[in-house]
Amino acid sequence: MKSYRTTVTALKALRRNPMRALLTTLGIVIGVAAVIAMMEIGTGSSSAVQKSLSTMGTNVFLIFPGTAASGGVSFGVGSGTTLTPEDCDAILRECPAVRNATPVVRARTQVVYGNRNWVPSQMLGVTPAFLDVRSWEPLEEGVPFSDRDVQNANKVCLLGKTLVRELFEGQSPLGKEIRVKNVTFRVVGVLKAKGANMMGSDQDDILIAPWTTIKYRVTGSSMSSTNQSSSSGASSSVNTLSNLYPSGQPSLYPEISSVQAANSPMHIRFSNVDQIIVAAQNGSSIDAAIKQVTQLLRERHKLGPQDPEDFNIRNMTELANMLSSTTKLMTNLLLCVAMISLLVGGVGIMNIMLVSVTERTREIGLRMAVGARASDILRQFLVESVVLCLVGGSVGILLGHGGSRLVEMFLRWPVETSPAAIIAAVVVSASVGMIFGFYPAWKASRLDPIEALRYE
Amino acid sequence: MPLIQMRDIFKTYHLGEVDVPVLKGVSLQIEPGELVALMGVSGSGKSTLMNILGCLDHPSSGEYWLDGQEVSGLSSDQRANLRNRKLGFVFQNFNLLPRTSALDNVAMPLTYSAQHLSERQARQRAADMLKRVGLDDRMHHEPSQLSGGQQQRVAIARALINSPPLLFADEPTGNLDSRTSQEVLEMFTQLNRQDGLTIILVTHDPHVAQHAQRIIRIHDGVIVAPGSAPASSLSFSGRSQIAASETPGSNQGQTDHAASGGQP
Repeated sequence: MKSYRTTVTALKALRRNPMRALLTTLGIVIGVAAVIAMMEIGTGSSSAVQKSLSTMGTNVFLIFPGTAASGGVSFGVGSGTTLTPEDCDAILRECPAVRNATPVVRARTQVVYGNRNWVPSQMLGVTPAFLDVRSWEPLEEGVPFSDRDVQNANKVCLLGKTLVRELFEGQSPLGKEIRVKNVTFRVVGVLKAKGANMMGSDQDDILIAPWTTIKYRVTGSSMSSTNQSSSSGASSSVNTLSNLYPSGQPSLYPEISSVQAANSPMHIRFSNVDQIIVAAQNGSSIDAAIKQVTQLLRERHKLGPQDPEDFNIRNMTELANMLSSTTKLMTNLLLCVAMISLLVGGVGIMNIMLVSVTERTREIGLRMAVGARASDILRQFLVESVVLCLVGGSVGILLGHGGSRLVEMFLRWPVETSPAAIIAAVVVSASVGMIFGFYPAWKASRLDPIEALRYE
Repeated sequence: MPLIQMRDIFKTYHLGEVDVPVLKGVSLQIEPGELVALMGVSGSGKSTLMNILGCLDHPSSGEYWLDGQEVSGLSSDQRANLRNRKLGFVFQNFNLLPRTSALDNVAMPLTYSAQHLSERQARQRAADMLKRVGLDDRMHHEPSQLSGGQQQRVAIARALINSPPLLFADEPTGNLDSRTSQEVLEMFTQLNRQDGLTIILVTHDPHVAQHAQRIIRIHDGVIVAPGSAPASSLSFSGRSQIAASETPGSNQGQTDHAASGGQP
């Protein structure tokens, strides 16, 4: 009851001077609006980064084959032929922390439909698990190819939106046949649009087919055309393995020449893949999954404890963490600036409250004369400044929210409403009111009623 | 039982190294239902005595019994409570809250007391009080829209809202013209006669003082003429120029009423 009366008294006192109350609270309004807008834009951009990261697949890491070198010439990462589809199967079978995995075979060649052609930036040979690993389910239309298609190296493919646009000009590509290096592929499905990834490359400029098809029907050989770096870095004559899969040979099981058999005393890998994409069960099991995969691959590749690994694992979450920590840093920096403006607003409140106390000295004296205790006066002035700050805070929340919506509308920045920021803004503005209102209120409550009544 | 009883009240201000004695042993007694004028020139200690009587200040030494309670040793919060319940104040410059309706001005002291009253009851009580001072048609006017006399009547209503037994009026007519002064003073006498309200008028104007039943004169920190009869004060008013320098001897025989009114 008492606090209600005090609040009413404080509100009435504020209403006596609405213009000044408005100007006083402007500092808080601007401060809180800045904080809210910063928080919303910050969380928006950081969740946009998260989203663009998750288009690359959630909790995903990549396994690349090790470096191949011949005659002292290194071909760089991924040039080795150490990864096989069987490795992928073994990972799926034996690593409990792994949710799914797919081998990837790359190709880069022209795709033709009718009188139009295009070279997709990515032409991947994968298993159906790819769609799960990259979180690309469901398809926009059609159905994905099956494991049977992979086994039989069937000539089917899925197209990304960019490729569909370039080749089909708005028609549905389902059931149509396209030619890839003179091999006809039937389009069975269209992938949903994913947009650009973090590096800015178009993820929809893609053709996906069973890896067996890409490997044996399109590239025909493992090294020379699939791996650009090795083929450009070294002449194919240097690489004895380049004859493993003679170009253009459609057979699933290439014959091994006797010379080759004689040159290779080891087990001959019938197929190698360019990369294996592995998805862990969840975010926290990535490290466990990497450990399990490393151990498994070392065993499978018969590496001794001292031997260097013949494969590389690249963890995408590191990139994700780096990017989100960068955006977080920027947000915090801007938040600091916004907090400073909130502080300045608080000083403004203190200033005006001090003026108000001086101006209303007689009123304070009168209130004391009719029986207000020092604590009543303290509370009244404190409530006044807290009310100012809270009103300023609420207006600031609305302004900041509206501002970030405008930014979203006109600049197309990603924005996300953040309830935490709103709560923080209310708490901060109330405590700014408390802290900066306390000194003037305390000063008012210390006044001697006799002096105050006589004050001119 | 007297409403106010003061015994040997001393008040000394400490201004740096120097001690300035303002009240030098004041003793007085006021019965319930009296209308007393407290007179004195400026610098006589009149305001200090008024502040101590009004529980705004505490004496350096001496006893002060208000309504049967020793109040000279109370803390400032206790004194605030006492002011709220037992005392009403009317000031020379009205001291109304600006840009606040008469009704809200009158209801203001209820903020610090009367917790049992709802907002509506509080407003009702304030409205009744305004009716009593004849301002029921001006309830929602702000002080700037009221004449001086009306403002002072609002102040009186505010002083009376907690139904105190004692009302202090500090130069209540100082800012009013003679006609409205008369109105306000008549209101005081009426309140005194009809409601038995004890009123202390602090003034230097003999015309005001003549409305009182008794005049207490203070000079140089001591009470010089605790007089009683209005008739005698009338006769003083005729020569108001020398009223301030009145000696105790000139109104002998009228000190009987203030039996305890003492000379040091």
